[in-house]
Amino acid sequence: MELLLAITIGLLYASGVYMVLRRSMVKLIIGIILIGNGVNFLIFLLGRITKGSTPIISENSDTFLEAYADPVPQALILTAIVISFGLQAFAIVLIKRVYKVLNTDDIDRLSHTEDYDIL
Amino acid sequence: MNSVILRTAASFLLPLLIMFSVFILLRGHYLPGGGFVGGLVAAVGFVLHMFANGLDETRRLLMIHPGYLLPCGLSLALLSGFTPVLITGEPFMTGVWLDDPVPVIGSIGTALFFDLGVYLVVVGVSLTILFTISEEVK
Amino acid sequence: MLTAVLTGFIFACVLVFAGKPLKGRASLINAVVPIGLFVYFCAQIPQVIAEGAIYKSYSWVSSMGVDMNFNLDGLSMIFALMITGIGSMVFIYTSAYMKGSPQLDRFYGYLGMFMAAMLGVVLSDNLITIFVFWELTTIVSFFLIGYNTHDKGSRRAAMTSLGLTGLGGMLLLGGIILMGSIGDTYSIQEMLNSGIAFSDNAYYPLILFFIIGAAFTKSAQFPFHFWLPLAMKAPTPVSTYLHSATMVKAGIYLIFRLSPLLGNDPSWNNTLMLFGGITMLYGAWHTVFRTDLKAILAYSTISALGILTFLIGLGTKAAFLAALIFIMVHALYKATLFLVAGSIDKATGTRDILRLRGLGKYMIPVAIAGILAAISNAGIPPSFGFLGKDLIYEATLGMGESAVFLTAAAVLTNILLLYAGFVVGIKPFMGTRLDPEIKVKKLSPAIWVPGLILGILCIVFGIFPAVGEGLVRPALSAVYGEPFESHLKLWHGFTTILLLSGITIACGVLLYLFVKPSNQKVALMAKADFISPQVITEQISRGFLRLSIFWTRTFNSGYLGYYVITVMVFVIGIVGYELVAVLHVKVDFSQLKEVTFYEMSTILIMISGIVVAVFSQSRLAAIAALGVLGYAMCIIFVFYGAPDLAMTQFSIDTLTVILFVLIIFRLPKYKVLSNMRSRIRDGVVALSFGTLITLLILEVLAQPVNRELSEFYADNAYLLAKGKNVVNVILVDFRGIDTLVEITVLAIAAIGVFSLMKLEIKKSEID
Repeated sequence: MELLLAITIGLLYASGVYMVLRRSMVKLIIGIILIGNGVNFLIFLLGRITKGSTPIISENSDTFLEAYADPVPQALILTAIVISFGLQAFAIVLIKRVYKVLNTDDIDRLSHTEDYDIL
Repeated sequence: MNSVILRTAASFLLPLLIMFSVFILLRGHYLPGGGFVGGLVAAVGFVLHMFANGLDETRRLLMIHPGYLLPCGLSLALLSGFTPVLITGEPFMTGVWLDDPVPVIGSIGTALFFDLGVYLVVVGVSLTILFTISEEVK
Repeated sequence: MLTAVLTGFIFACVLVFAGKPLKGRASLINAVVPIGLFVYFCAQIPQVIAEGAIYKSYSWVSSMGVDMNFNLDGLSMIFALMITGIGSMVFIYTSAYMKGSPQLDRFYGYLGMFMAAMLGVVLSDNLITIFVFWELTTIVSFFLIGYNTHDKGSRRAAMTSLGLTGLGGMLLLGGIILMGSIGDTYSIQEMLNSGIAFSDNAYYPLILFFIIGAAFTKSAQFPFHFWLPLAMKAPTPVSTYLHSATMVKAGIYLIFRLSPLLGNDPSWNNTLMLFGGITMLYGAWHTVFRTDLKAILAYSTISALGILTFLIGLGTKAAFLAALIFIMVHALYKATLFLVAGSIDKATGTRDILRLRGLGKYMIPVAIAGILAAISNAGIPPSFGFLGKDLIYEATLGMGESAVFLTAAAVLTNILLLYAGFVVGIKPFMGTRLDPEIKVKKLSPAIWVPGLILGILCIVFGIFPAVGEGLVRPALSAVYGEPFESHLKLWHGFTTILLLSGITIACGVLLYLFVKPSNQKVALMAKADFISPQVITEQISRGFLRLSIFWTRTFNSGYLGYYVITVMVFVIGIVGYELVAVLHVKVDFSQLKEVTFYEMSTILIMISGIVVAVFSQSRLAAIAALGVLGYAMCIIFVFYGAPDLAMTQFSIDTLTVILFVLIIFRLPKYKVLSNMRSRIRDGVVALSFGTLITLLILEVLAQPVNRELSEFYADNAYLLAKGKNVVNVILVDFRGIDTLVEITVLAIAAIGVFSLMKLEIKKSEID
């Protein structure tokens, strides 16, 4: 299963990078979301996955009696998921704003703020 | 989305979902759940209500702008962090607990209030974002 | 002593708040500060003479060997007196010269800071603190040169001097760190006491390069001299104080101070002698080709600094003695000449020597000061300059076989310098008629008194050589290590030295009488500009600018895709090489057998979600695919024991899809923007990067995992935090502060969304 998940993560990264490289801003956001999912999965997998057991101590004891899933990556991912929601919302609104002001969604047309010359 | 079924369902679902979110919040320390999930579930409930009855109706129901939840939640979380400093003189964010568990809610401690702060912030953030955007789209 | 050093800084700080009243008429009061310090240092003289040095230690960063240790020995005393004494005169002079300047308080603040920094340089015993104060003088000098901020030339001059002396500061730091790590201490006294032989160390040439480079840039030695004439753009008090009498001598001070440590090697002496010699001749020669009073003085200052470097390079006791005396001689007469030049400028509005004549009867005190300074500069007895020049000749004559050559260079330099001194100090006052276009304004006493005092001192020090001797005695023992026996006298009898002095004076006077400054000469010299160090340096800096523009335009193109591809290709290259060539990742396909049906189908759902999200032409389909992808991830989380994650991912996914659906029709439609070629290129890069990530994961999974942290949290979740859901306990208890910051970030994102949406777009924002 690790191998399959590793390939899926690779695919998530590849598709994310591909979408980020597109010139449409909507695709840029989709790319960011894909990479974000890839990162979450990556952390999850690198913490080693164990089937079934949860990082929750059973009701009658004070510590773990049997194997448990690693709680640290889970805590990391949990915050990452929520934060990425904020990021996505902000990015969408930002793009909407840019579209409204500049009337384009071609990222390559945003390469310069104005004509300037250093010398 | 002007369907009678949805509207009827949503008005029942909203209180249910909010109760469920509080339940998730409270049990978070012992079982899966917590402030983040709880907050999100509550937000989903309100969004559902919004779809069914329109933004204005949901606004009226909520009474305050969801943005106000942000400072409330943040201060609550911060205060719960400072409680040990003020009461027992222990370092910032040390857990302080009441000795006896309260029925229904369970043990009460600073971590619970911290989680409540997280809950409020998450509700506030989700609803602020969604309300703002749907208002713009309307 | 700490107070003495800090006074200037405190003074500058006070001016920030209380500058207003000290701006106008009352600005003369500012001079109390340097005069007070001068008196303080004078009061220390007896103790220094009796004990050799006063050492005060204030601990600062002791753990790193950096302390505020001040050592007032003979050498420091000479410099401290010069800094505060000439500082007093300059402060007085400024009050009248800069009268009415709107930022006079700031100007005084800079001067005070400069004085403090300079005192810090000459009094510090710790090399690091020397460096700190050294840099402060550079920075303050930048502000003082660029004081006329509206003048382009000023700004350019300030930048040039900052660039060059800043470079020197960096060299100094390099040298100091090397010395400190070799000597295991930053204290000069400790280095001297421990008797480290730096010249035996393998790094000695490097230290030499750093320290001498620092001193040369600061003291305007060839080929770094050109910032000094440019710096004449500064108001005259600044030129007087920083660029003739004190700051440029910081480099000389540094060489002096370190010569007991670094100086017992021929490479040290030869370098100093060579560059000092070139500088003194080069500077003196250029004075003949200038018509601006301050330009002439600038080049003669360069020449004088060259003489000092040259003398220290000689390394004999006589040469050190000559250098110490000449420092004082030069400071006195050059400061006077600068003040005179400034006074002339103030009164007539011009510094062009071709237009200045017959001023003598209009400004008698200034004329007297100028003539006295010119006499001292010329070395005519009984002036202080006569003593100085005698000692220089005595030093060069004592050099054995090369004596003739060295003496000739010294004589030639002095002849040219005499000419320069006469042109500035005497020529403007000679003649009977004024240039018809020039109107002479009346000068206030505050302008001519300081110059006159310094001018008179030029002679007084000559008539009473014991004064200078008393100061030099402890200084010489500080830098040479031997006590001083002989006595300074004006009259030695008829000797070779006297003959040389006579030749110098005669030739110089003849030169003054027959060679007149003219515009033709200026033009002549301008022709040789293309090989001058200044032009070459400017070319180099322009080249750097071009290079950096090219670099910026290449790597900072403004195209997001370009950045991403650059980063990706670089990472793929580096990490991929390491993975494939060094680690030999093995892919074990046998584990695929254990994969169950529901796992396989979840993965397939995910992959199809990805494919649709990427290739769909419909935005709605792409978003729906993202939703499906997220829910599939939920299922994976559930399989592998992460219910919290599954719940969170589920709700967030729902909200994200709702968000997208709400706004999707307000977003631009997909358009065909890129061609096939760039798609294939991007596809190749993306797929390689994905493969790289997969390989990386497999490699990491093959390594053992450290679970220490997780075990700690798991073992203590209930015992310390009374919680059984370890993930939640980590979030709200163990790492609560992180969560607190995270929800703050979330709140900021929400506020950002809110304000971006609610912000009214002005008409001007839309093209």
